[in-house]
Amino acid sequence: MSTPPAMLHPELLAHDDPDAITRDGQRLDHAEAASKPLQSRPEPQPRGAKVYGNRPIDQAEAAARFIAAPEHEKMHDERLWDLRQKRDREMHGIAEWEELRSLASAIKEHTLSHLDQYLEQFEDNARSHGVHVHWARDAAEHNQIVHGILSDHGAKSLIKSKSMLTEECGFRPYMASVGIEVIETDLGERIQQLDNEDPSHVVVPAVHKLRTDVAEVFSRTIGTDPANSDVHYLAEAQREATRPLILKADAGMTGCNFAVAETGTFVVCTNEGNADLSANVPKLHIASIGIEKIIPRFEHLAVFVRLLSRSALGSPMTQYTSHFRGPRAGGEMHVVLVDNGRSERLGLEEFWTSLKCIRCGACMNTCPVYRRSGGLSYGATYSGPIGLIIDPTFNAHKYSNLPFASTLNGSCSNVCPVKINIHEQIYAWRRELVKRHEVPFAKQAAMKAAGELLSHPAAYRAAITAADTALAHLPRFVIYNGLNAWGRHREVPHPPKETFHSWYQANRGGKQ
Amino acid sequence: MSSRDDILASVRKNLPRVDRPLPEVPLFDENPPASLLEAFKKSLHQMGGIFLDPPASGDTLAPIREKIAGAKIVCSTVPEIAGNRGIAGISAPQDLADVDFAIVRAAFGIVETGSVLLSDTDLHVNAVAYLAQHLIVLLDPADIVVNLHHAYRRPEFRDRHYASFHTGPSATADIEGVLIHGAQGVRSLSILPLARSAGSPTQ
Repeated sequence: MSTPPAMLHPELLAHDDPDAITRDGQRLDHAEAASKPLQSRPEPQPRGAKVYGNRPIDQAEAAARFIAAPEHEKMHDERLWDLRQKRDREMHGIAEWEELRSLASAIKEHTLSHLDQYLEQFEDNARSHGVHVHWARDAAEHNQIVHGILSDHGAKSLIKSKSMLTEECGFRPYMASVGIEVIETDLGERIQQLDNEDPSHVVVPAVHKLRTDVAEVFSRTIGTDPANSDVHYLAEAQREATRPLILKADAGMTGCNFAVAETGTFVVCTNEGNADLSANVPKLHIASIGIEKIIPRFEHLAVFVRLLSRSALGSPMTQYTSHFRGPRAGGEMHVVLVDNGRSERLGLEEFWTSLKCIRCGACMNTCPVYRRSGGLSYGATYSGPIGLIIDPTFNAHKYSNLPFASTLNGSCSNVCPVKINIHEQIYAWRRELVKRHEVPFAKQAAMKAAGELLSHPAAYRAAITAADTALAHLPRFVIYNGLNAWGRHREVPHPPKETFHSWYQANRGGKQ
Repeated sequence: MSSRDDILASVRKNLPRVDRPLPEVPLFDENPPASLLEAFKKSLHQMGGIFLDPPASGDTLAPIREKIAGAKIVCSTVPEIAGNRGIAGISAPQDLADVDFAIVRAAFGIVETGSVLLSDTDLHVNAVAYLAQHLIVLLDPADIVVNLHHAYRRPEFRDRHYASFHTGPSATADIEGVLIHGAQGVRSLSILPLARSAGSPTQ
């Protein structure tokens, strides 16, 4: 065995591992399991971004509160970095990994540039197997269509698997307003539903919570012992509480990971088997599908299935990868093809390739900003690097701060299984937002001043010398205060005794 | 205009003006393992499944009989072993909620991931593979392909309405990364290598 990769926070390593499941003497870490036992100490859960109507989300404010809760911040940082390291392990096990990424990117770009043809092909084939196909321009129409189908069947309760598209559509609040009970069946998503909180990550929705937070939520919603935060106990209690709801639900709903045009098949990937319960227990199955999920043929599906779970969780495959081509005997199947801004995004020259995204979350797991601020700090459906480039297409004003929540280190682009140039698009969005006057005055003024300074060498040199002198002599309270974001949580570097320019002038100046 | 026409018109108006040919996907099967069955077992174990080694006695079904010995309700959809809950008489999936063990036949398995494909033809009632507490799958060693590229060339994806790769049991680690088997579906998945008998459906 090779040495396990180093931890970011070694103090989280648990000394014993009573929960371990082993095979052939090896500790299992498939699905989203941590590769090593971790331990946390209880601490009140920091909450996400404060949302005030259409006002720009202050991601930095929410991130600061997350960082101020060190138990949460460290566990979040460690778990996501662990997923990233598991992803690397899987990548190294596959000689053709980079070729698969190139293929995945090429297949998506081909499909997106012929999307009208493939959508029609998918629709024709799905219809020919008895699937009802609906089209929704936007979130409101999606919700109305699903409501209509449920009303036609007199359905009052709906079990569903996790779907970012339905989050995007505000589906649960809408259904609550028309008196239909929605039950999420993914454990993480169910925790978030019971806590009245959005998912914080596209794949692991409750990754920002500690076990004690879950114990608190379950104790007030499904009646568990508030003092018992044993993970097996909590998971089992949820299974027992959800199963009767699954058995008596009137309808089931799933999302879709891939839709295969050549057969009209849609594919759903889960680790819990909850999409298969949602689809196969009630008679009625409705699937919500974003129009960008289409791929041409099954031979292409192989590329994406090989990449998806390995990129997301560092697990070779999701426990369940299910292919729906038509209703079962005595059942009824509907798909809703949803645009909700996608066709317009297709026309944005710099940003259309964001539609290649397969929602694996690899960019989130690797992002130092995301890992330390928590997904809820973004105050948007999509968080992390991919969120920074998708959210402004929904609302450039409300999400105008998000493209600035990045160090532009490019790690997101390096791990993206479909090769989206995420960090370049983040930079392009900053430029776009300045153009649209969606950047706050302080940021604009600072950038304008920096621009002036950088374009006048003499002024720049004078400023640098002055700053170095000032840094060397100013008292700490002047440097480390609320006005200097760079002085928070870190030491400002020691100022050099002289600048490179003055050294060069003194030592090499005049020599040719 | 209908929503359909609206969306398609908007897509056509916004199509990126780029030339992107559809690539051919290789099979990536240059270095298959020496023993497909051994490699399958290793992949299956990594994903939390259990491989039932055929006993030396030659009594191939003994590992299954041992597993189901204490079970109250066993639902078998295969001719090789009998249960006490017939799948033929099931009118609603909910009638399977109390099943302890379900026994089904896989269409085929994949070495790369340790997956087995279960389809509506073999399950009869799809929900049986999720509502049962434990799942036992028979897999003919002749029905094992090396990777997902080979898997997706199989005919099942063109002639079944429902087909699902099961790769180990239902699992979650949504709470602090602690691995749990049996999140919502089956708590365990065991696979017994067993050639199809004359009476069982073939491909």
